[in-house]
Amino acid sequence: MRYLPKSDAERAEMLREIGASSIDDLFTAIPEEYRLTRDLKVPRQMGESEIVDYFKAAAEKNAKVYTSFLGAGAYRHYRPVIIDSLVQRGEFLTSYTPYQAEITQGTLQAIFEFQTMICELTGMDIANASMYDGSTGAAEAVMMAVRVTGRDGVLVAKTVHPEYREVMHTYAQHQGHEALEVAYYPDGHAQAGRIDLEALEQAVNEETACVLVQSPNFFGVVEDIPVIAEIAHKKGALLIVSIAEAVSLGIVRPPVEADIVSMEAQSFGVALSYGGPYCGVLAAKEKYLRQMPGRLVGETKDSEGRRGFVLTLSTREQHIRREKATSNICTNQALVALMTTIFMTVYGKQGMRELAVQNLAKGRYAADALGAHGKLLFGQSPRFHEFVLQTEEPPKRLNARLMENKIIGGLDLRKWYPELGNATLWCATELTTKEQIDAAAAIVAEISVASAAR
Amino acid sequence: MAYPANYRYTREHEWIEVYGKTGKVGITDYAQNSLGDIVFVESPKVGAAVKKGEIFGSVESVKAVSDLYSPVTGTVTEVNEELASSPEKINTAAHDSWIMKVELSDPAEVDSLMTASDYEKFIAEETGH
Amino acid sequence: MATTNGFVGTTRKVTAHLTQNEPLSFEKSSPGKKGYKLAPLDVPEVDPAALLGGAAREDEPGLPELSEIEIIRHFTRLSTWNYAIDLGMYPLGSCTMKYNPRVNEFVSRLEGIAEAHPYQPERLSRGAMVIIKLLKDCLMEITGMDAIALHPAAGAHGEFTGMLMTRAYHQSKGNPRKSVIIPDSAHGTNPATAASCGYQVVNLKSNAQGGVDVAALAKVVNEDTAALMLTNPSTIGVFESEIHKIADVLHDKGALLYMDGANMNALVGKTRPGDFGVDVMHLNLHKTFSTPHGGGGPGCGPVACKQFLEPFLPIPFVALGDDGLLHWSSDRPQSIGRVRMFYGNFGMFVRALAYILANGPDGLRQTTEDAVLNANYIRKKLEDVYELPYDTPSMHEVVFSDKRQVKNGVKTGDVAKRLIDYGFHPYTTSFPLIVSGALMIEPTESESREELDLFVDAMRQIAREAEENPELVISAPHSTRISRLDETTAARKPVLRWKGPPADDALEVDTPAKEW
Repeated sequence: MRYLPKSDAERAEMLREIGASSIDDLFTAIPEEYRLTRDLKVPRQMGESEIVDYFKAAAEKNAKVYTSFLGAGAYRHYRPVIIDSLVQRGEFLTSYTPYQAEITQGTLQAIFEFQTMICELTGMDIANASMYDGSTGAAEAVMMAVRVTGRDGVLVAKTVHPEYREVMHTYAQHQGHEALEVAYYPDGHAQAGRIDLEALEQAVNEETACVLVQSPNFFGVVEDIPVIAEIAHKKGALLIVSIAEAVSLGIVRPPVEADIVSMEAQSFGVALSYGGPYCGVLAAKEKYLRQMPGRLVGETKDSEGRRGFVLTLSTREQHIRREKATSNICTNQALVALMTTIFMTVYGKQGMRELAVQNLAKGRYAADALGAHGKLLFGQSPRFHEFVLQTEEPPKRLNARLMENKIIGGLDLRKWYPELGNATLWCATELTTKEQIDAAAAIVAEISVASAAR
Repeated sequence: MAYPANYRYTREHEWIEVYGKTGKVGITDYAQNSLGDIVFVESPKVGAAVKKGEIFGSVESVKAVSDLYSPVTGTVTEVNEELASSPEKINTAAHDSWIMKVELSDPAEVDSLMTASDYEKFIAEETGH
Repeated sequence: MATTNGFVGTTRKVTAHLTQNEPLSFEKSSPGKKGYKLAPLDVPEVDPAALLGGAAREDEPGLPELSEIEIIRHFTRLSTWNYAIDLGMYPLGSCTMKYNPRVNEFVSRLEGIAEAHPYQPERLSRGAMVIIKLLKDCLMEITGMDAIALHPAAGAHGEFTGMLMTRAYHQSKGNPRKSVIIPDSAHGTNPATAASCGYQVVNLKSNAQGGVDVAALAKVVNEDTAALMLTNPSTIGVFESEIHKIADVLHDKGALLYMDGANMNALVGKTRPGDFGVDVMHLNLHKTFSTPHGGGGPGCGPVACKQFLEPFLPIPFVALGDDGLLHWSSDRPQSIGRVRMFYGNFGMFVRALAYILANGPDGLRQTTEDAVLNANYIRKKLEDVYELPYDTPSMHEVVFSDKRQVKNGVKTGDVAKRLIDYGFHPYTTSFPLIVSGALMIEPTESESREELDLFVDAMRQIAREAEENPELVISAPHSTRISRLDETTAARKPVLRWKGPPADDALEVDTPAKEW
């Protein structure tokens, strides 16, 4: 087998040197009744070209050459080519967790740069080296707030991604801090689509550990962070801001009033890859440092006074604290975080803004174009690049018609927000072209013309 | 290393210096030596209740954490703020670096703690010397 | 560096070589430098202040400004400071640092796979679902389990999922139970996970052979025990030969046997956890199934279980519909719920499946046999110079202790650092906790005889250095860009981000007038 660097002769010789008569001698610890005496029923060994063909055939059965208006927590942005050139270098790809700092300064310095850039973007003092994703990051942020405050009340906006909320519920089950959901202002209200501030104010009390909102939220609407922060802080609760679309930070003001920011950085050069691997990250104010889960890279000096980087504050983590650890996390998303580090370096200070503004412009254009043939919900409130479209036509039929024209339309919101009726969530990024938007609008228009003509 | 004769000691390597109804609590030189460079001290809050034999805080080195067990029952009256910025003081002067001051609710508890010579015998046994 | 008297070994795998210096990207940044160019906007421009009002960003985030060549050089230079599997052996115990096949990287980047949006319609995602189904089938066959979920992002996440399922199962029987038994040789994620599921941890002392003391276990298991979290082979590389007794003791009191699958590299194709009594377990695709470590992640920790636990698996899952097609379903009323958004680290599913297809049943078995052969070879070649705390047979990893070296003041951590000078990554030091001064070595099947011999040679030379020239070992490594770092100050006064101005040792540019 081509991954195994031994010939049968070498195997035989090594067995001789060990004093074993056959390889079976080395497996006698396994009770006989449990030894497999047959081949595993997995596909036979394939040549490399066969493996490639297998996956190419599978890839063919996935969408290809479709225009997509999907967002909802996973965003299609351009991935600069140098990201893959660099992360596929064996020294990054096949390197281990940097516990031995002397021979992993490459990984450690890159993480230090990542941590710095996340702080710059989010307005926080400290950031960790990554969490699994935005959804588990949000759950861990809640646990962190519970530890810091010693309280167990949790308030979560209903405009937080529905799957994030499900994950937070799963994590909270046995920890005594089930979340209460806070409603949003309905369409027509001056702050439509944003968290209901009166409801929030009523719900926050001295038992509240944290308030968690997403901004831009699931509807694409930007929340009023300073006001929300004040409501939370008045009662001593922490504010956690969850960010699902990292590119927004190029043009949307960072949530500096937050105590903890949980971000999903997939937009920064991470392939959609049918849902993972992505890149969560937690950032926070300095005073919460010791309650921060996940790995942290710190700067220090060696015995000769040279600058170097090292994993630090490890006593928070599972391998030392064991059952009292801040989290059980061990393996994180390091290589994916490296992709985002390269992305952030490529775009840089000016590029991040320019990219975000392009997204804002595309989102606006798409909302106007499509909104002309349906109802743009929550139009009164500031948005980034996603919007909710309400139509007379049920989403299922609308999207079927779009698909005939190789367009994947907005996400049907019925299963999560039935109160919105026939509503779909649309996203336009810098990769969505004017032609694509116009084409989609034309198809949406067909049915509204038809119904107007009746 | 001389262990102050007027202190009392626990099997978990804490010391207590009692004067009247108050006690100052810290960790012994033996403890700081086993831990290595101390980087952080987790102290209780002023006003917190502590119970004899129960955990009241912890001491961290780079690679390990050690729970601290209270030698006595009582209320925390003061916490050594210096240790927040200079935890290394415990390494250089363990017997002078108190972590908390406790108002004893039962001063008689101290009698069951080890004397300096008991403690020295105890650690000699532990290290097998 | 080296003392003039005392043995200094000869390194055979490596020689010193110049590496490039490279500061932080922020320190090379200069206003106006650009590494990107966006396509021109084809829709009307917008005024962010008008659209966003008070929510518009006023400042620019302090990201670096660099050109593309500077960025490529920056990260390329950093990469050369890393050790990696592609450079040589990692003897790290229980990490299974095996070859990361490149075809895995290639297929995960195929357009239809890399660009698939998780919410795209099912009929446009059949390829992804087929991959998921085949991987699940293969992993169930390999583990001997009846059901599996691929959602968890790492081993710890898989443990969390498995323990939540355990709790849900017990709850459905009317008693959620109170505690989880964990051997003192276990990986730190085990107790951390148990605690996060609301269980108390009961520590089980290992027996004289470093395995589970079945009599002690029987004493401690009762109707309040939810499960035993077991790693098999153990973290000292020994197979629990009494595994059926262990399972019986637990099942007798209605408790479950959870297996940490970190050490599956000793079992694949030779035995199956589902056959020897395990009820629920997790796998580490980034260990046994070759997905790359990437400097610390991503991983993938699928959780597999017996039929009776299937109702509690997370959602959603791929199921065959009445129409003969694959669909996503959440029809699992007793499920513990969602453990993460979307479906899991799909990119890692692709890589792990490619690995399984490249091996086939014969390759998988041969892989396991070679892994165990390699570990035993190392054991044989080093047992006369390093102390073996247990004489039980090793499977895919062997644990020594530093007992003989400590006499001269040399500890396992020092030997490990000196190993760096010989061109290897250190083995796992000081774990498992049950062995004082442990040296935990897992070569994996990916090491050739040549590489193993170089490793053995290095370790033997270091043993001699420890004897005759201990100071050399204690102050190692001597050959790296950076020597031992001050971790104490890093923890006492954490500096976790860059803040201008540039560091004192930033590169200084020579002036043109400098004389050569």
